[in-house]
Amino acid sequence: MKIVVAIKQVPDTATQVKIGGDPKAIDTAGITWIVSPYDEFAIEEALRLKEKRGQGEVIAVSLGPDRVKEALRSALAMGCDRAIHLNDPAWANADTLATAQALAAVIKQEQPALVLCGRQAIDDDMGAVGAQLAEVLGWPCASWIMEEAVDADAKSVRVGRQVEGGLEVFDLPLPAVLSAQKGLNEPRYPTLKGIMGAKKKEIKDVKAGDLGLTPAAPQVAVKNLEALPARPPGRVIQGEIKDAVKELVRALREDAKAI
Amino acid sequence: MEKFRGVDYYGIETLLSEDERMIRDAVRDWVEAEFIPIVPEHHRAGTFPIALIPKLGELGVFGATLKGYGCAGLSSVAYGLIMQELERGDSGLRSCASVQSGLVMYPIYAYGSDAQKDRWLPVLATGETVGCFGLTEPDHGSDPGGMKTRAVKKGDAYVLNGTKLWITNGSIADVAVVWAKTEDGEIRGFLVEKGTPGFSTLDIHGKFSMRASITSELAFQDCRIPLDNLLPNVQGLRGPLGCLNQARYGIAWGAVGALMACYDWALQYAQQRVQFGKPIGSFQLVQQKLVWMLNEITKAQLLVLQLGRLKDAGTVRPQQVSLAKMNNVQAALDGARMARDILGAAGIVDEHPVIRHMLNLETVNTYEGTHDIHTLIVGRDVTGLDAFGAA
Ligand SMILES: Cc1cc2nc3c(=O)[nH]c(=O)nc-3n(C[C@H](O)[C@H](O)[C@H](O)COP(=O)(O)OP(=O)(O)OC[C@H]3O[C@@H](n4cnc5c(N)ncnc54)[C@H](O)[C@@H]3O)c2cc1C
Ligand SMILES: Cc1cc2nc3c(=O)[nH]c(=O)nc-3n(C[C@H](O)[C@H](O)[C@H](O)COP(=O)(O)OP(=O)(O)OC[C@H]3O[C@@H](n4cnc5c(N)ncnc54)[C@H](O)[C@@H]3O)c2cc1C
Repeated sequence: MKIVVAIKQVPDTATQVKIGGDPKAIDTAGITWIVSPYDEFAIEEALRLKEKRGQGEVIAVSLGPDRVKEALRSALAMGCDRAIHLNDPAWANADTLATAQALAAVIKQEQPALVLCGRQAIDDDMGAVGAQLAEVLGWPCASWIMEEAVDADAKSVRVGRQVEGGLEVFDLPLPAVLSAQKGLNEPRYPTLKGIMGAKKKEIKDVKAGDLGLTPAAPQVAVKNLEALPARPPGRVIQGEIKDAVKELVRALREDAKAI
Repeated sequence: MEKFRGVDYYGIETLLSEDERMIRDAVRDWVEAEFIPIVPEHHRAGTFPIALIPKLGELGVFGATLKGYGCAGLSSVAYGLIMQELERGDSGLRSCASVQSGLVMYPIYAYGSDAQKDRWLPVLATGETVGCFGLTEPDHGSDPGGMKTRAVKKGDAYVLNGTKLWITNGSIADVAVVWAKTEDGEIRGFLVEKGTPGFSTLDIHGKFSMRASITSELAFQDCRIPLDNLLPNVQGLRGPLGCLNQARYGIAWGAVGALMACYDWALQYAQQRVQFGKPIGSFQLVQQKLVWMLNEITKAQLLVLQLGRLKDAGTVRPQQVSLAKMNNVQAALDGARMARDILGAAGIVDEHPVIRHMLNLETVNTYEGTHDIHTLIVGRDVTGLDAFGAA
């Protein structure tokens, strides 16, 4: 069974994001980049599927600039067999739809039985690529899955989706696109041998032209980034406890409208 | 406090290869997730999280520089970075990996028979099997050449008699690499399996240092071990010293990790703690301490990196390892004491990792050759004159 995992490289969760000189983008100086955590669930699930079936191939795909190679290398270190890097300045301003179209084009070439991705990337939290990708491919899609079971002859997959207070169970014919929710599994650490082995695995560079694509102008473009307004300072209520409590209750009720 | 971010004032990062960085980050993440949350309780109880040993094996930490036998075959620099990250967690965690890799797997790999290698190396690499290294004795620490433990050949066995003290992982080890003198007075290495009649262990309690690590006494009383358990390919003090050279190299890196942990913590604390209406980080005396630590970290990082490159090139000399062990551990110990000072009273409780590192580093200063002994090794190297003072 061939599985494609679509991953995105994002700033580390501990990053204190600063708006760049160009207010349409963040300042990337000094940022540590990681594989988006939901994508790690997707990688882990793909590897488990391959291991359970005793055969298959897991291909990691990512769109982005040169630095994205490092994310793909991490996926290879975890155990993916090879990687494809959609690396072309033509995609520099790609919105989610352009990204989905690019991914769909490689996926059509690879013809996997299953595509896995994270439920959303933790940088811009759009959560759109998985569903758009399925739409472009014309494949069924289940988002935010908590469990999956591919049938013995890899014709269909049963998934559980998390919904308020329970699980929604679907059967999807394969090929299909699934997006991973936290709780699907516990991603493995790349082992040191895995990291050394990853050096020998292929990362294929693909340009838009190689896929016969000329990315259109993005339909969604960032106009401006703004920091949250600074938090107003706290207020210390002075005076006798008796009066202070009264004032506190009044302030909570009338000013803050909290009670 | 925020998650540990590493310390790299001189962009030393760029001197590392991509896989060296990935290896460091993988171990850093592992330590953060698996070890940091549980170390305070183990430190309090004076126990080591034994369940982590197979997990360290799975990660690929044990014998990481060896080739074959399921080992990762990493560069010495990558191995050093692993030691740095483990000791950022706790010196006890690094000790466990140092002993297993440098003091147990290395001598079997370098001095053992093929049968010994095939039997032990794969299971030591996975951490299914734990090893320990018995050199130090109650009356012979810095001077191991004077050891009293004896191995006398009687029929189809060597008979061991003697005591080894201060042995890391002694009581949990499945196999002990024990150094003893044979009848001809020559030091030889032996593999002693747990449960061999005449071999017993006792844990040392009351430690103020290296609390999250097991330290034991090994006693041999007419302990008969098969002739095949002799390490065939080394004789004399050069056997154990060869092992120590591996482990000391790892310690030189590890000390940097401990110091980085203390510095990162003290820096954040100094930025947040307000006295006299200002963060204490704004006072000159506090800045001086922080800058001293950063300076020492930067120098120590460059020292071990070049040492590692020499080791990978195969040109490193043991005296160069001595210099790095000596310098980096002293810097870490002094820096940890400064970090403890910056934390004020908060610095004496285990809610903050600093005093744990500080106390651990007292051991690190002493074991694998004390600071002063390494000074004498380098001193002899540069003057050509021996200052050990042997009669
Ligand atoms: C927690 C812990 C774990 C350990 N784990 C192991 C282990 O796994 N295996 C193992 O074999 N050992 C282990 N050791 C033992 C360690 O290697 C010894 O403690 C060390 O070699 C020092 O020996 P000693 O304690 O007998 O001190 P001594 O040799 O008695 O030294 C005492 C002092 O005298 C100084 N000194 C000694 N000789 C000279 C000289 N000629 N000139 C000037 N000064 C001198 C020393 O520098 C030191 O300051 C461990 C120790 C500790 C604390
Ligand atoms: C076991 C124990 C028992 C104690 N018992 C008592 C007790 O019985 N009664 C009691 O009242 N207190 C007691 N204390 C508290 C003790 O006196 C304080 O810890 C001490 O005054 C330091 O204050 P701090 O811990 O808040 O550190 P901080 O004042 O926060 O100092 C932190 C660091 O900043 C440095 N620093 C602070 N200000 C400056 C400056 N202006 N310039 C340069 N450096 C500066 C300090 O030197 C220190 O290195 C006890 C403390 C301990 C640990």
